[in-house]
Amino acid sequence: MTGTAMSWSLVIALSLGAYAFKALGFVVLGARTLPEPLTRCLALIPAALLTALILKDTFSVGQEWTFDARVVGLGVAAIAAWRKLPLIAVVVLAAFATAVVRAL
Amino acid sequence: MRLDSDTRRVVSASLTLSAAVGVFALSFGVLAVSAGASVAQTCALSLLTFTGASQMSAMAVIGGGGTVGAALGGALLLAARNGVYGLALAPYFRGSLGKRLLTAQFVIDETTAMHMAQSNPRLRKTAFWTTAIALYSFWNIGTLLGALAGSAIDPQRFGLDVAFTAAFVAMLVPHLAHRKGRQAAIIGGAICLATIPFTPIGVPVLASGLAIFVGLGVPRESSSPEAAA
Repeated sequence: MTGTAMSWSLVIALSLGAYAFKALGFVVLGARTLPEPLTRCLALIPAALLTALILKDTFSVGQEWTFDARVVGLGVAAIAAWRKLPLIAVVVLAAFATAVVRAL
Repeated sequence: MRLDSDTRRVVSASLTLSAAVGVFALSFGVLAVSAGASVAQTCALSLLTFTGASQMSAMAVIGGGGTVGAALGGALLLAARNGVYGLALAPYFRGSLGKRLLTAQFVIDETTAMHMAQSNPRLRKTAFWTTAIALYSFWNIGTLLGALAGSAIDPQRFGLDVAFTAAFVAMLVPHLAHRKGRQAAIIGGAICLATIPFTPIGVPVLASGLAIFVGLGVPRESSSPEAAA
């Protein structure tokens, strides 16, 4: 992949930002409790964002919708995760299935 | 040093978990390099950012051609949950400010889960620190090895470009156990897919964050009494 936007400024900004969140809850706010609705919303971030990342990485390239071998990888990953296989097994099986479909 | 059986059980669980995460760090290393990061940048992310989902999300957006801003936005939104973990852990850590600032770097999914799973304060602390130290070691060694290997192989050929997706699926499953989680997932996914053709790369993932506002509604299923206590 050429023309990537990867840079040291991203590494540094992400590291500072991620640490700021860790320290905000753990050190700055301490044992205080957040308003209940806010806590409920924050707890939903992974559900919303992980789903978005999964769909984006499976069904698009850039700004185009796509449908290719990655769909098989997603299907295998979903079955493996649903059967509660360990994380690494989910990753390896999905990668293997995708590679096999591409090689056919 | 003799360890009692509870401590041995906790240490062994921490090491198993950390080793599994370490193998997973290998694929982060491979993918980050294939998305355009140098080996040094990849290792710096694991050493300094040290929160897997955010690192992977940032590299998934960058690898897909997104801007730094879009990559950062989604990754930081994911990092916000560590702030919530910090709130839950804070009462158990009462050291000096310097020590707490250092400890904060290790407030992540796995250390929080291992801490919360124990029955008494001593085991909680053991679980937190053994997981923190073992996981930090495995995560960074795995990243380095993956990044070095990634410079040598073609990820597409081995299907490794779906490794992020597969990992995200495994991380997502527990969040679908509750009704609100399923709603947020469906709405977030729909927002993302619908906005892909019309917005800059990376923005759809960020926009999916709007789905968290389903949490504002009062939970219908048994709002547990201890939540109010």
